[in-house]
Amino acid sequence: MSIKILQDKCIGCGKCVDICPGNLLELGVNGKVEMMYPKDCWGCAACLKECTQEALLYYIGEDMGGKGGYLVAKDKVDTIDFIYVRGEKKVKFTVNRKTASQY
Amino acid sequence: MNLGVQIYNTDILIIGAGAAGCYSALTLHEKSDCKVILVDKANIRRSGCLAGGINALNGYINKGDTPDSYVDYVKKDSQGIVREDLLITMAEKIEEVTRKIESMGLPILKDENGNYIPRGRRGIRINGENIKPILARSVRRAENVIVMNKVNMIDYIIRDGRVIGAYGFMVNLRVFVVIYAKAVICATGGAAGLYLPKHWSFSRHKIWYCPFNTGAGYAMGIRAGAEMTTFEMRFIALRCKDTISPTGTIAGGLNVRQVNKTGEEYAEKYKSSTPGRLFATIQENLKGKGPCYLETKGISEDQEQDLFKAYFNMSIAQPVKWLENDTGPAKENVEIEGTEPYIVGGHAASGYWVDTGRGTTLKGLYAAGDVVGGSPKKYVPGCFAEGLIASVSALEYIKSVPDPEPDMDEIIKTKEGLERYFDNPETDLTIEDLELMMQDVMDKKAGGISENYIIYQNKLLEAEKEIVRLSELVETLKASTMHDLLFIHEVKDRLLVCRALIAHILARKESRWYCYLNNADYPNQDDQNWLKYVNSVYKDGKFNIIYRELVGRDEIYEHKDITG
Repeated sequence: MSIKILQDKCIGCGKCVDICPGNLLELGVNGKVEMMYPKDCWGCAACLKECTQEALLYYIGEDMGGKGGYLVAKDKVDTIDFIYVRGEKKVKFTVNRKTASQY
Repeated sequence: MNLGVQIYNTDILIIGAGAAGCYSALTLHEKSDCKVILVDKANIRRSGCLAGGINALNGYINKGDTPDSYVDYVKKDSQGIVREDLLITMAEKIEEVTRKIESMGLPILKDENGNYIPRGRRGIRINGENIKPILARSVRRAENVIVMNKVNMIDYIIRDGRVIGAYGFMVNLRVFVVIYAKAVICATGGAAGLYLPKHWSFSRHKIWYCPFNTGAGYAMGIRAGAEMTTFEMRFIALRCKDTISPTGTIAGGLNVRQVNKTGEEYAEKYKSSTPGRLFATIQENLKGKGPCYLETKGISEDQEQDLFKAYFNMSIAQPVKWLENDTGPAKENVEIEGTEPYIVGGHAASGYWVDTGRGTTLKGLYAAGDVVGGSPKKYVPGCFAEGLIASVSALEYIKSVPDPEPDMDEIIKTKEGLERYFDNPETDLTIEDLELMMQDVMDKKAGGISENYIIYQNKLLEAEKEIVRLSELVETLKASTMHDLLFIHEVKDRLLVCRALIAHILARKESRWYCYLNNADYPNQDDQNWLKYVNSVYKDGKFNIIYRELVGRDEIYEHKDITG
């Protein structure tokens, strides 16, 4: 799995660059973020939750069963909306940070 | 390339802002006014193992258990090779540190009477998606603590046999960093990326332990001549296939059966043993009765939705994989598999050999969390507890220690040692290839996934030679960016940890802990001869093995006969 950056949505704020535990993202010369090392992503989604512009897409690689869909996140402080999209399919999960895990 | 130089002075330097490092900083704030620098190679808010969050505090001592019964359990699960003095001092602090993290804002599930809700016998249920931001917020409020993000430490500064700081560099700026301190607490975490993972191509970092934990703390200690223990006890996790998501969320939460392909519950006999459950799964596969599953098929729609949300809250790959394949745990059982082996003192017992106060064999150097050996199954609460214990000891130590003086000659020499990588000529060998070569050697010749974790002495001796050769090749690698310099140091540290691992396995001539140490040439557990620790000190390019007697629960262990 890894991250793709939608260049038209990225505002170059650098929050994702700053947060990545692997230091894998960089601000490019055009002022937009680039994923420098896609194969080194752990998939922790820290960047996804940090982005205020929904400019980051999370996806899983074909080698582990990925089919081309992606996930975006909207962080609303107490809750996070995760929206999964593949072709016509679109599913939203609202996850409450404080109550989501009952197991 | 010329690197700039920044020199800092502090009372206590903490390396690594994970569970142990953050708790150390908070303790030093509570108990003193001393100056503290807390460095992390990423960002304290999301660095290390807990970046994505967690949904249980394992290692909590629930009603009906006591610190003593917890130590009994860990001793049994680790088949005797533990430091009971470390485990009991840790276990006695679990309640205190858990209450403290709850008071910082971590949501812990409670019943109607206000009691924590257990998850399994030795865990509690939490909503820990943002456990790192919670810790970071508390550390930020500690005015005597300076947090330095994006600084990668590479070696301790040692003078007159004492650790007086560490050298490092900024990950994203061309700056060499020197931090002098009266004492250092190492809290870097363990080592991932030593063995070839199941998915070695695009998803090579979809692994159990944080891939950015590269064994730096171990390697720094090994290079400096610190005594290390039990590197022959690898840790291998049993996880959901592909996504490497935790199985406990399903197994502990829904209480479903663990079955082979014929629907037979195969791991009953090993139910209470962590390495046993993994071993049983590998055995089923070898017998042709695999793959193995958690039997989730048929759970209710509500339960399935709950699982989706629970995983979204800490392990996103799992629900995305279900969505990608238009399925879910109610429709299909969840396949489980073993990961590649890791060296990690929070689960197994490998790491620094410490005294009961978590002082290493190097004066002025303390250790906490996954880098500490002898106290397995510490998990997150145990890492907090060790952070607490190490910082109290460090505080006592610095009372009688003067401020270190900078040594400009050594600073310049060390800086030039780094700049050399930028001056190396271009070669065909990339950092990435070298790392893959290392992982391949470890996988095929040191008991990786492809060998079903079985170790053969003749192959291991070959692995030893090849890892030494690769270690020499590291010095020829060329860096063009600070990231390259980081990656070079990561592979260099991993190779040294691999060497330690091999040296320790060669020294323990028995099998123990099921797959963690499955020696084909010595297939039996031999309690008569091997109920002792295998320790090592690295000197002049060699690992010198030291055997030590077991340390009991009531002992206060002090370093008396340090060799090396």
